[in-house]
Amino acid sequence: MEIAYFNKAIETISRYDLEHLQLERLRRSVDAALQTSFYKNRLTKAGIVSSADIKTCADLQRIPFTTKDDLRQSYPRGLLAVPMDDVVRLHTSSGTTGTPTVIYHTQEDINTWAELLCRCIVSTGCHRGDMFQNMTGYGMFTGGLGFHYGAERVGMTVIPAGSGNTRRQIQLMKDFHTTVIHATPSYILHIYSLLADCGITIQDLSLKKAFLGAEPYSENTRKKIEELFQIEAYNSYGLSEMNGPGVAFECVYKDGMHTWEDSFLLEIIDPQTGELLKDGETGELVFTTLCRKATPLLRYRTRDLSSVVPGTCPCGRTHRRISRITGRSDDMLIVNGVNIFPSQIEEVIMRIPEVGTNYQVHLDKEGALDTLTVKVEIYSKMFSGEVNELDRLKSRIHSELRASIIVNPRIELHEPGSLPVSEGKAQRVVDKRPKL
Amino acid sequence: MKINQISIFVENRKGRLYQVCKLLGDNAINIRALNVAETQDFGVLRMVVDKPQEALNLLKENGFTASFSEIVAVEVEDKPGGLANILKVLNDSNVNIEYMYAFVEKKLDKALLVFRFENIDKALETLTKAKVKIVTSDAVVKA
Repeated sequence: MEIAYFNKAIETISRYDLEHLQLERLRRSVDAALQTSFYKNRLTKAGIVSSADIKTCADLQRIPFTTKDDLRQSYPRGLLAVPMDDVVRLHTSSGTTGTPTVIYHTQEDINTWAELLCRCIVSTGCHRGDMFQNMTGYGMFTGGLGFHYGAERVGMTVIPAGSGNTRRQIQLMKDFHTTVIHATPSYILHIYSLLADCGITIQDLSLKKAFLGAEPYSENTRKKIEELFQIEAYNSYGLSEMNGPGVAFECVYKDGMHTWEDSFLLEIIDPQTGELLKDGETGELVFTTLCRKATPLLRYRTRDLSSVVPGTCPCGRTHRRISRITGRSDDMLIVNGVNIFPSQIEEVIMRIPEVGTNYQVHLDKEGALDTLTVKVEIYSKMFSGEVNELDRLKSRIHSELRASIIVNPRIELHEPGSLPVSEGKAQRVVDKRPKL
Repeated sequence: MKINQISIFVENRKGRLYQVCKLLGDNAINIRALNVAETQDFGVLRMVVDKPQEALNLLKENGFTASFSEIVAVEVEDKPGGLANILKVLNDSNVNIEYMYAFVEKKLDKALLVFRFENIDKALETLTKAKVKIVTSDAVVKA
């Protein structure tokens, strides 16, 4: 198999040299972190007042974990390590209880991020001359811009199609002979289901590869996508706190995702005890940014469950591989690639006085796409008898929820006492989607 | 005069309408007029009954979401043009109807029209001036 690299020196660096590089960069990250009000407080308490306190990579264990909640608490500027004038971009993501989180980037951060995407893209065999249709959201969602910058730098022609509008996507794929697409697995399957409707067959398309990410799916689904479209499909992993896409990516061997360890220090921990796990053991991914100047994060708990694939990869890259994400150590839901916490839904519903105390979230599949239905009980004392008032209530819940969770929900009104009484979060969410 | 109509919130669930009617029937409450406003996932059942307060209490005790809405019931001859005459009166005075439904009294050869108005007081004044026969709640009980 032909192996291509974007930056061969760093991608095939010896583990010895990599570890030295990591230590040097970890120290820089600690110094940068100490410039933020959040870490100054947090690290000082842990007895770390300068990078001199980090003598070996093992000293990493002295640094406390950082959580999503810490990011929320530090919103908007508590984790900013450089003067705002040096920040060229920021991305926020919706928080679980209304408070968002923010990641800032300097120009150098953007360049570093783009290089990581270049490495990912090239490792799958893509190159200048490829027509790349980027089918994920642009804007605050990091999937679109992240890939966009990387793909341009590789020299591919980028179609910044964004998400949705499937018929136009198919038309673009046909008209411009798209060779590579980036989307969620559900969305690619949805495209397939509409091809015949658009009078287009696989033979009319020039598709060769797909980058799949933003939602969990199985090896079988990958195989199905590969067979339906007669393409190669590669797993992509990232999260907004670690820039977005470009944290880990599959090479042509498709046996785990190479994590760019010169940029992200990778640990896998037991989510219950916080103990470090060995390669091969499944636990929660924890990352420390090694290059990011504007928003350094130390030992960030992703809540994503995975394991390190033991052994080396025939592609020659020395960066360790992680397996596809097998689940979450919290209750986060992924709906058409968008992350939603049940608490976000609860927050919106419970501030509407016409709504009773009980609600349920139902997740289903309609074709290849996810649907989210929120069933709410009305509050009987607020029932006036008028249908139009109930319709107004439905639209209000719909628009407020949509604004909070981005996903377009269906709202159903129910009689008080008709929904099963919840004894825990599990019953609030009924996920009937077949596993992808 | 105003009559208390009962509105009941019923989700689209098998047998739910039957449960409402059975409850009223078992308790000797007579439904004089009935209408269902339906949407995709729920309906609102509207009814005029002979014992409104008793019916409302009974429904609430049995876990139904119900409330009173004030409506006006009008009696007209059960013959062509009966409804049109009333609507002309309302139209001429710019009285808006939110919704209405009708039922027929076989014994009396009369039709009863149930109206929900945007402005019930203005509607009553208009109908009274036009000498339209407005049904009292007593009449609903006795009919």
